Amino acid sequence: MITIKDLHKSYKTGNNSLHVLKGINFNVSEGELVSIMGSSGSGKSTLLNILGMLDEADTGSYTLDGVAIKNLNEKIAARYRNKFLGFIFQSFNLINYKSALDNVALPLYYQGMKRGERMDRAKAYLEKVGLAQWMDHLPNQLSGGQKQRVAIARALASDPKVLLADEPTGALDTKTSYEVMDLIQQINDEGRTILIVTHEPDIAQMTKRIVNLKDGLIIDDTKVNQVRALQNV
Amino acid sequence: MFDLERWQEVFETISKNKLRTFLTGLSVASGIFILVILLGIGEGMKNGIEREFQGDAANAIYVYPGVTTKEYKGLNPGRRIQLKNDDFEYTSAENKSALEFKSSVYRIYGGLLTYENESGSYSVEGVYPDYQFLENASMVTGRFLNYKDIEESTKIVVLGNRVKMDLFKDSKDVLGEYVEISGIKFQVVGVYTDPGGEREESRVFVPITTAQKVFSGGNNINSLSFTLEPKDTYEEALLASNNFTNKVETYLKGKHTIAPGDNSAVRVNSRLENTKRFYDLIGMIKMFFWGVGICTIIAGVVGVSNIMLIIVKERTREIGVRKALGAQPLSIIGMVLHESIFVTSFAGLTGLIMGLVLLDFVGPMIQTDFIYNPTVNFKVALSTVVILIVAGAIAGFFPSYRAARIKPIIALRDE
Repeated sequence: MITIKDLHKSYKTGNNSLHVLKGINFNVSEGELVSIMGSSGSGKSTLLNILGMLDEADTGSYTLDGVAIKNLNEKIAARYRNKFLGFIFQSFNLINYKSALDNVALPLYYQGMKRGERMDRAKAYLEKVGLAQWMDHLPNQLSGGQKQRVAIARALASDPKVLLADEPTGALDTKTSYEVMDLIQQINDEGRTILIVTHEPDIAQMTKRIVNLKDGLIIDDTKVNQVRALQNV
Repeated sequence: MFDLERWQEVFETISKNKLRTFLTGLSVASGIFILVILLGIGEGMKNGIEREFQGDAANAIYVYPGVTTKEYKGLNPGRRIQLKNDDFEYTSAENKSALEFKSSVYRIYGGLLTYENESGSYSVEGVYPDYQFLENASMVTGRFLNYKDIEESTKIVVLGNRVKMDLFKDSKDVLGEYVEISGIKFQVVGVYTDPGGEREESRVFVPITTAQKVFSGGNNINSLSFTLEPKDTYEEALLASNNFTNKVETYLKGKHTIAPGDNSAVRVNSRLENTKRFYDLIGMIKMFFWGVGICTIIAGVVGVSNIMLIIVKERTREIGVRKALGAQPLSIIGMVLHESIFVTSFAGLTGLIMGLVLLDFVGPMIQTDFIYNPTVNFKVALSTVVILIVAGAIAGFFPSYRAARIKPIIALRDE
């Protein structure tokens, strides 16, 4: 699903050049649930940004579902993001003046889907995350866990190839975190490819594979025995 | 533009920021409001002055004698110039082909008119039949003077409507009655009305020959009035008018031994030139009003632009999210532009309508000679609407451009 070869990325700050990714080689096949770990400054967020086409690598190749991701301009990047990817953020990033339903329907709007169909689908995904009765609520009327569920529903709505989650439980307490992880696991069980950036070992243990980054290089890439989140709730 | 979703988005964001949108809109609305009012007043001034001028023929030329102010050929300044019949006759004959109407006037100020028990003091003017057209007078009843009256020096009089009201009250039988002017009986042959209003209707006209004989005027006259043959264009008319006034001025100055530069000894007054001056002035005032109005709108637009910039800044994260979800740059530009154009157009239209309503209701109540019936015509209203939409687009351009350039990666960075 994802193939990354010899990926380099450096940032210029003034006269200094900061080499963040120093040759990442990395494959993810369909249906995997991968966590990317590392201390801050290890380059894990940069890697996720490149995977999410929010940023571009200096050198190296990135292939997503057989499509080479390169020479992106804003328009193409926007289309690819919409088509291939679903984002889950630490701070949810819901649009706070739109109802839960409208938030979930937003990626479908940018796909150009008709309103009726869009709303039906958004409703179905909200049901899936167990928030059907909350669909008319604004984000600030929801709890953190509920917000993240809405965000997950939104990420799923466009039926993406890959879900990218950046510290999805970073803003949640342990219990809610596990509930969210349970949902993520369920989605993975249905065959969806999911990448999670996290620095919490217990969250990482709930994935199927842990990739460890340090100083811009993968130092460890091991499959783990998945801990089901539900057991810990 | 007709994208229903876009409209929903715009209304959603506006309804989240009612006060801010209202205040922004207010600056645009007041800008347009002021523009409309100013243009209305400009139009009103034009109408007012036009009405003032309706009293007399639009291209009339008047010649008044005065007092010399310059010593010339041994003659002292301070000499009063007296025009004579032959001045009129010569000027008329000399310019026969160019003139449409002509008349000299022998005037008695404060002539006493008496009819039965009523009497009053009015200006009595001895004139030629053409004077009716020079004064734009129209007959209410009876007739004006004719050339037979002039030749035979008949003692007849044409009353102004005001005079008729004063002396005869509501009586309908005016024609054929005799009024006394300074003790001499004149038969009433007509009553005229003048668009110049009461002041112009407080006069009576008698044949000039009669006036000169009866009031011992000899061959003295007080002023000359002319109109020139109409021309196709205003420029031609103005040129002909200027030629004629120069010619008359030169002739009269030569004949009465007046220094060529002495302008108060003979004054030649061309309505056409006066109106041109007024129209130029009104044109200037109108331009000024447009300028002021446009500047006010610019102030409003800058306000909208400013607010939109703040909105974009405030919504940076949201725009980042939208982009991460697959929003094209163009759709972001459209979103901001749409809101900006909508706010300016809506507010502006409100201002426009309020301005028009105010002009409509208050306009007729304005009681001054200088402003009459202030209105804004459809074309002007339409151009302000166009200005509004353009203004909205300009106001939204920079903010939307900035919004489109927001990078999702920066927008989404957790602070």
